Amino acid sequence: MNLIELTAGELVALQEQKKASALEIADAFIAASAAREPKLRSFTLPPDADAVRAAARAVDAKRAKGEALGKLAGVPVAIKDVLCTKGVRTTCSSKMLANFVPPYSAHAVERLIAQDAIPFGKTNMDEFAMGSSTENSAFQQTRNPWDVTRIPGGSSGGSAACVAGCQAPVSLGTDTGGSIRQPAALCGLVGLKPTYGRVSRYGLIAFASSLDQIGPFAHDVRDSALGMVSIAGHDGRDSTSVNEPVPAYTKALDTPIAGLRIGVPKEFFGQGLDPEVEATVRAALKEYEKQGAKLVDVSLPHSPYALAAYYIVAPAEASSNLARFDGMHYGHRTAEKTDLIATYAKSRAEGFGKEVQRRIIIGTYVLSSGYKDAYYVKALKVRRLVKKDFDDAFTKCDVVMGPTTPTAAFKAGEKSDDPLAMYLSDVYTVSCNLAGIPGLSINCGFTKTGLPIGLQLLGAPFAEETLFRAARMYERATDWHTKRPAV
Amino acid sequence: MSLSLDQVRKVARLARLELAEPDLVRMQSQLSAILDYIDQLNELDTEGVEPLAHPLPVQNVFRADEPVPSLPPAEALQNAPAKLGDYFAVPAVFSDEPVSH
Repeated sequence: MNLIELTAGELVALQEQKKASALEIADAFIAASAAREPKLRSFTLPPDADAVRAAARAVDAKRAKGEALGKLAGVPVAIKDVLCTKGVRTTCSSKMLANFVPPYSAHAVERLIAQDAIPFGKTNMDEFAMGSSTENSAFQQTRNPWDVTRIPGGSSGGSAACVAGCQAPVSLGTDTGGSIRQPAALCGLVGLKPTYGRVSRYGLIAFASSLDQIGPFAHDVRDSALGMVSIAGHDGRDSTSVNEPVPAYTKALDTPIAGLRIGVPKEFFGQGLDPEVEATVRAALKEYEKQGAKLVDVSLPHSPYALAAYYIVAPAEASSNLARFDGMHYGHRTAEKTDLIATYAKSRAEGFGKEVQRRIIIGTYVLSSGYKDAYYVKALKVRRLVKKDFDDAFTKCDVVMGPTTPTAAFKAGEKSDDPLAMYLSDVYTVSCNLAGIPGLSINCGFTKTGLPIGLQLLGAPFAEETLFRAARMYERATDWHTKRPAV
Repeated sequence: MSLSLDQVRKVARLARLELAEPDLVRMQSQLSAILDYIDQLNELDTEGVEPLAHPLPVQNVFRADEPVPSLPPAEALQNAPAKLGDYFAVPAVFSDEPVSH
């Protein structure tokens, strides 16, 4: 038995059966994360072995005393470096925050700790979560464990690579336009973008506030559900956090949905979709049919416009959110002695990388006087149409399915000089964020060259449980989720 | 739609980003390509469509007006690039003279 290849659920069960201690589990992941880090470069801040072992010992001690333990007791969880961790450096993979040590923790991090999970390092990402390959990190480039010449996806590339590469069993990421689902697809994992408002954004360093959500990366659907049970729920510190009960996502996982209606939008199978990805996704849909699900043709007529609307809305919100980084209260301040305005402009130019600057400029432009109606307001109208498409589709089906990404993982460097080509890798994921609905990516096979392919499941608002159960129907019939790469 | 170099320069100034000339030039061509892509939205008739700024129908959310402890000054200042006692130190606002910081 190789501990590092197990799921969180299996690790919890092993501890309950006294077959492994939290400390043994922690040691296994500490060793693996260190040994594999030179190849994968998943962490901006590797797990602190002493702190991890101390936390694991505390879990073992609680268990020895017969105290109640949380749902993730003794499970190491890697955390995307966009989530604040009290007393632990949080950089957003940016020079701007290279030395930032938050005085508080994000709600999702607090909830993990309350479930006796063990915080396990901070993971690399595209700077301020802007990117689709994790090549925009100011510090390092994370690689895909299935082929280290390729990118892991982004922006949560470190969180995906560390789970796929068995450096940690689960991790947290954030998804603004696909930043959990796209890397989950490219790394062969289960990745969930919850319904907007399901998980508190308190302590999440904002990129685009009306789109951002926190969600888990995991090897299988059960772990993803376990992660969600732990982090979902109301928090008064985020005014958009929804006060609705959290279903027991893990309970009914193995109960198939009788008469499942799967909406298949033609717009997700058009130009630009790699034939091998299409064939694999179609085969997955066949598997669902075999299990009695019904495929329904649906149309999301405005989804081809979602990406263009997204690249107005997201940069617009980002340009406002990132205005706070002015070198005054925290973050980078230029060493040049000059007046106030020039101090702002120099600090921001030195602290932000190219992609972040590009998006701030786009956002500032589309919000500027004379252009706001033509761009920003127009995009918000299209956003309404994108949402309405989904509302209409969900009157005809329970789940919408299609590919998560148009291609499997691409080579490092392939798109780094062409921002538009990079943006297009999010073409199937952004509409979910604009509409605020939940989206799940699961592995549905591999290319001939051994790269994972993602199946995306989209649900109505707060239908996470439906997504998990539907995903589990496929997972039970296949063994893709049991594969681990040789790193 | 393409942007002129002057427009890019103006937007950079509005965004408080001091960009060197070669960066402005590169930004100009990349932004023009992105704006061309974005322009496809004009194919859609959105007359009469209500803009959607937010996916949830959230209105004002209030909490009980009860005092709670705020961040202690030492923690609030722990990431300050420069400080003077219990204050953030910043360049003078109403002066053209460079100040120490």
